[in-house]
Amino acid sequence: MKSPKKVAGSIFRNVIAWMFSIPCLIPPLLILVNSLKTKQAAAAMDLKLPSFPIPWDNFSVVIEKGKLAQSFLNSTVYSVGSVILCIFFASTAAYVMSRNQRRLNQFLYMFLILGITLPINYVALSKVLITLHLNNTRGGIILLYTAMQLPFMTFLIHGFVAKVPTELDEAAVIDGCGPVKLFFLVVLPLLKPAVTTAAVLTFLNTWNEFTAPLYFLNNSTKWPMTLSVYNFFGMYFKDWNLVCADILLTSLPVILVYLFGQRYIVSGMTTGAVKG
Amino acid sequence: MNKNKIYPWYFMAGALVLYFVLFFLPGLIGVGYSFTNWSAYSTELRFVGLDNFRTVFSADENYTKIISNTLVFTFVTTIIKNALGLLLAILLTKSVRFLNLHRGIVFMPSVLSTLIIGMLFKSILDAKSGLLNTFLRSCGLGFLAQKWLVSTEFAFGSVMAVDIWRGVGYIMTIMIAGILSISTDYYEAAEIDGAGSFARFRYITFPLILPTLATTTVLNIIYGLKVFDMVYALTNGGPGKATTEVLYTAVFKKFGTGQYAVGTALSSVMFLIMLFVGYFMIRLMTRNEVIE
Repeated sequence: MKSPKKVAGSIFRNVIAWMFSIPCLIPPLLILVNSLKTKQAAAAMDLKLPSFPIPWDNFSVVIEKGKLAQSFLNSTVYSVGSVILCIFFASTAAYVMSRNQRRLNQFLYMFLILGITLPINYVALSKVLITLHLNNTRGGIILLYTAMQLPFMTFLIHGFVAKVPTELDEAAVIDGCGPVKLFFLVVLPLLKPAVTTAAVLTFLNTWNEFTAPLYFLNNSTKWPMTLSVYNFFGMYFKDWNLVCADILLTSLPVILVYLFGQRYIVSGMTTGAVKG
Repeated sequence: MNKNKIYPWYFMAGALVLYFVLFFLPGLIGVGYSFTNWSAYSTELRFVGLDNFRTVFSADENYTKIISNTLVFTFVTTIIKNALGLLLAILLTKSVRFLNLHRGIVFMPSVLSTLIIGMLFKSILDAKSGLLNTFLRSCGLGFLAQKWLVSTEFAFGSVMAVDIWRGVGYIMTIMIAGILSISTDYYEAAEIDGAGSFARFRYITFPLILPTLATTTVLNIIYGLKVFDMVYALTNGGPGKATTEVLYTAVFKKFGTGQYAVGTALSSVMFLIMLFVGYFMIRLMTRNEVIE
């Protein structure tokens, strides 16, 4: 038998837990419910369930008017492009910085991960981008995203490289592996957990990125989804059903990645925070 | 073995070049440009000394308000996110039904786009027809309904509240990992010694979670000083004169109006502060790394 005090404590804990999670559930529910309503019903933006028939054409209208196909493609290109570049550069750099800790490399590592804290000077960055002819280009955005994500991802992978035993390297070198072969054939496969985490986080961060495209992409055909949803909101702020449908479609990839990659996201976000 | 041969320098080159050119260099150039009259209208650059910094720090401009807003935002959100995050983490490492569901739900806002959350809360906090005020009125608490985002009294608090709502799950998740890494031996020993739940928190959990708390504080400060999306979507610095204006929204406005020099001066103030503060933060974050 549990003591009444323990039962009361358990009920109390469960109530408090719901008191925190229900407010976190309401906004996503609000989007879902209202994206399935007509314009009139969604005007109030409340949690009443949608009535039948459900106006599924909200989604097709949004895809067409919000130019979602184009911006989905853009976002995908930006995110996938920067995931590939970031993983490549971050893992190679983290590997050498961890394995070969001479003074200079230690300094370069600190210099690189200082970027986790540093703010970007977007005004001066515009000058640099114009000089390099990268302003208002897709390639420029991908390189910029990569540069922004590199400090943290290098930090994340660096911590993991230290756990891979160096005996493997020695054995491979004795067997005649060059540095490139050694890394890509021997070490990189062992870094898979850290690399997967870095890839998932880079994808999420770049998909949600808003500031850089706002500054540097003035051509709507190059806009990622965040920018076009914001722009759509500005034009159709009275049609909450459409805005919600747009938000839902924009967030869908992120939510899917979250559902399937939750483990990686959590382990990546807690890197450096917890000894282990 | 020759380490420089097996682990060659060119493996680091790509990352360092990209980071330097597109991230660090703009910071440096920006400091340089903040001593000039650079704008969309200036035909040639002229050295103007400390003029831009005088503008930024002069009392009759709004910039000091902007800087203090940014600091207040950082301070308040850091403290409340840490406190709530710790509370939730303690709660959600105990026996609660649907534990993982709760953790997942509270963490979810951290993966959604900040911009979208901002847009959504613009509707929820609408004075006339927003969900919050409608809810308050329907509970007979109509007197609590406020003009959350459009009155100078409440706007800044509302922006901070929404940001805390968004960020607390992330902090909680880190703290849960911290609490779970504490050996259960301590708790068992304490229980044998007859320590109550508060004593266990006070003498075991809290001291052992301090390093984690230090890191979440660092993360919150880094985020708070650079906040942009949330404020931009919710109020864009308004209502009135710079009620909720923070550094990055002010810089964006200067960029929009072509006053590049003032914008870059504002950015540079933050860049130089963070260059100094960041060094210590990074030392703190790397302390756990194994160095062989």
